[in-house]
Amino acid sequence: MLDIPKHSLYAMLVVLGLLLIATICRLLLSRIKPEKDYTELRQRIQSWWWMIGVLFVCLVVSPTTAIILFAFISFLALKEFFSIVPTRQADRRVLFWAYLSIPIQYYLVSIGWYGMFIIFIPVYIFLLLPMRMVLIGETKGFIHSAGVIHWAVMLTVFCLSHIAYLLVLSVKNPEAGSIGLVIFLLFMTQFNDVSQFIWGKLLGKHKIIPKVSPNKTWEGFFGGVLTIGIVSGFVGPFLTPMTFQLSLIAGLIISISGFIGDVVISSIKRDLEIKDSGSLIPGHGGILDRCDSLIFTAPLFFHFLYYMNY
Amino acid sequence: MDRVLKILFFALIVRPIVFVVLGLNVRGKQNLPQKGPAMIAANHNSHLDTMVLMSLYPLSKLHQVRPVAAADYFFKNRFLSWFALKCIGIIPINRTGRQRKSELFAGCHSALDNSEILILFPEGSRGNPEEMGEIKRGIYHIVHDRTDTRVTPVMLHGLGRALPRGEALLVPFNCDVIIGNQLPEAETAEKLVNAIQDSFLELQKYCITRSQA
Repeated sequence: MLDIPKHSLYAMLVVLGLLLIATICRLLLSRIKPEKDYTELRQRIQSWWWMIGVLFVCLVVSPTTAIILFAFISFLALKEFFSIVPTRQADRRVLFWAYLSIPIQYYLVSIGWYGMFIIFIPVYIFLLLPMRMVLIGETKGFIHSAGVIHWAVMLTVFCLSHIAYLLVLSVKNPEAGSIGLVIFLLFMTQFNDVSQFIWGKLLGKHKIIPKVSPNKTWEGFFGGVLTIGIVSGFVGPFLTPMTFQLSLIAGLIISISGFIGDVVISSIKRDLEIKDSGSLIPGHGGILDRCDSLIFTAPLFFHFLYYMNY
Repeated sequence: MDRVLKILFFALIVRPIVFVVLGLNVRGKQNLPQKGPAMIAANHNSHLDTMVLMSLYPLSKLHQVRPVAAADYFFKNRFLSWFALKCIGIIPINRTGRQRKSELFAGCHSALDNSEILILFPEGSRGNPEEMGEIKRGIYHIVHDRTDTRVTPVMLHGLGRALPRGEALLVPFNCDVIIGNQLPEAETAEKLVNAIQDSFLELQKYCITRSQA
């Protein structure tokens, strides 16, 4: 039988339970108000089932499978980024090299070579890409391209690969295993999006940055931060090696940085005058729309955990 | 046998490339003609254009979807012509201009009579990456004396970045596929060309991989 650490198994069951409740609510809603169109809500929940299903299966099968899944998500995100942000035709080959950073970065994760994992993209890819661009020899738009390409790799490969590195850290909470850390991070990040949204709907008045995201309010933000801080405090000791206090701080970090990730990706889309970054996930938009907060929460949570416990 | 080869080629090679290495943002899928005779007119920037359009159809319908392609290019050598005819199922067309129109489009007409769906690139060639070429009148000569065939415009964007003309290295990009409404019957070649041109420009607005600036 597959060997899932007890606490992680419970956490997975809770997530599936929540999803089941969401599905039942949706069905009841469409029964009570049949005249309203619930297509988007239906697609959204259906996509959640798929995303969580694939994630859980990969996590349960083996850490390697999960690392491959995260590498694939990085690939999809990087591709989406390059597709919506204008790049020069001359940079095609540079982009190809940027894609090659994905298998290398995730290989470094899989062998647990922390020192190289942490500098490979910020140092080697950072210096290699402009070198490759120089060889092409097109100088018009050089600065813009160098910036865009490296930023894209940092966000979608470097930042996201931190989730995968959680899987190769030595296990300090045997009840939860390394899967527990990943579930904790992903659940808190997504739950943060939801709770900021709900608090904003309930109490929202004072807009934070109306130009970027008109729906983001201070009330929603603080409501989310408080909720996630407290929930993290209680869930953390269960799924991670951290105590109540440390988990609470981790929750605050996730909540605040999740908000920032969300609005940063929103700003990118505003700049390009598009609503969604893609149409890969029905009801959600593209992969960047879904991973926006995660891009910021993953490295910040990781390094907090790493500094405090390793 | 040919049908099996085509299905295998698309299931094992084309679809993984189109849906995984690339990735499509499809809009207006309900406008895609589901049965022939019908004509799809798309802009042309890459060899991938044909593959993407054909991948929009289920494997079971694949044999009814026929791209119209240049004979001079695809019959250059034996391998390429075998591949174009068996794996893709092109309708060859002679671009030299020495043939009479009735002979030139005979293949297209018999395919339409067979209730097939034709894919045609009215710009005639792939041209420079992500630039729109001039629309040729050939398409009018195929549809104008047929009451059963209407033209559906499709705007593709991003494929000229993924695999432009003259390049062998495929770089992954998401691509837009925007399918427009069927065009009404046009009285003159001029009107049809303009109608296609206008709908391309209109559909372009829905592309998300195309910088609107």
